[in-house]
Amino acid sequence: MIAILDYDAGNLTSVKKALDYLGSPCVVTSNLREVERADKVVLPGVGHFSATSNIEARGLRTVVRQAISRKIPLLGICLGMQWMFDSSEEAPGIVGLALLRGQCQRFSDQVKVPHVGWNRLQVRDSGRLFRNIPSGTFMYFTHSYWAPVIEFTTAECEYGSTFSAAIERGTLFGVQFHPEKSGDPGLMLLRNFCEL
Amino acid sequence: MLTKRIIACLDVDAGRVVKGVHFADLRDAGDPAELAPAYSRSGADEIILLDISATNQERSTLIEIVRKTAQHLFVPFTVGGGIRSLDDAAAVIDAGADKVAVNSAALKDPALISQIARRYGSQAVVVAVDVKLFSESCAKHEVWACGGRQRTGKEVLAWVGEAEDRGAGEILLTSIDRDGTGDGFDCELTSSVAVAVRIPIIASGGAGSTRHFVQVFQEGKADAALAASVFHYGINTFSGLKQELAVAGVPVRWPC
Repeated sequence: MIAILDYDAGNLTSVKKALDYLGSPCVVTSNLREVERADKVVLPGVGHFSATSNIEARGLRTVVRQAISRKIPLLGICLGMQWMFDSSEEAPGIVGLALLRGQCQRFSDQVKVPHVGWNRLQVRDSGRLFRNIPSGTFMYFTHSYWAPVIEFTTAECEYGSTFSAAIERGTLFGVQFHPEKSGDPGLMLLRNFCEL
Repeated sequence: MLTKRIIACLDVDAGRVVKGVHFADLRDAGDPAELAPAYSRSGADEIILLDISATNQERSTLIEIVRKTAQHLFVPFTVGGGIRSLDDAAAVIDAGADKVAVNSAALKDPALISQIARRYGSQAVVVAVDVKLFSESCAKHEVWACGGRQRTGKEVLAWVGEAEDRGAGEILLTSIDRDGTGDGFDCELTSSVAVAVRIPIIASGGAGSTRHFVQVFQEGKADAALAASVFHYGINTFSGLKQELAVAGVPVRWPC
């Protein structure tokens, strides 16, 4: 069972729908017991970084940390990936999961913000998530802040700056784009995650 | 490089996709739950469903149609028409929409834009702006409400600026003068709005040929272009359109 964490950060329906379509049993939940029992966890999220304070408020930070120490695959999507870093300029007072070093920053004034639409990935390391997804594949992005490129970055994207489009560190996975909204390649990525 | 988006618009009336000229004279074009995934498979970058009769008939957006249309749709999906409150927005988002388009209700109460943006993020708020020339002699555009039936007296640049300040994530700009005519997008209007705000602009109204799309991206500086009739009645296909855009030097998602 895949637990999709509900921490009141936007649209969870689309992630659930995509996993249902792939035939992967999943549940949208903020129930700690249910998350503890899950064999995979998805941390979705769109919107403001301050919404991640609900993860803390619902006691989910501890179960997420436990899941990681038990080597349960965890996939952060968009805001969910940004939360894995130390912090974000968007809400400087809020501490992220801090398993990835760096701060998320706002796009510069040189480009339109938010970065909305389909952009190409430069895959640096296929890892386990990008099986059958070649470099140059288009994915759908919608965000105003970006995460830096770090040693665990597996795919980069360019818009004003070069940023992390995907990361992989052990059983910790993150994507800045929305695989549930990126057509067939996005579904392929989710399938790769489900099959871990 | 970020690509220019081609968005298929489904104008829905009484559960069916319809399309008119100058916002009137409707023709039937099919079932939204069948058309949306078909367009997505053939290369549409996004789908927008507008319940065109919702505001005028004072009824809520057809949640069940939204749910069915979203069921097997894995590209971004925007729903508009009859979104009058945060609760209306929540209902369509819960039914599977990724973004909501607000128009008349936001003109009446602009705070609605910030309410939805605070709850779901700016990326979920598209402010739809329908405009007409004030008059033949005046080059300025006036914003109209209620599906082009009601004047507001607001000038377009002032309104899009306010919408941006209140947290809109995108502007869907429709020229009522061009809607359904196939005469081409209003590139001058689109470009004047595109340079006035920092959020993406979706151009709408007037698509009739591939050349019109090239023009609206190159001269109109649009970030996305929306069309309905050219796709419903097979005047153009997404693959054909995108191949020609690529040849003309417009970055598009192709092959996808």
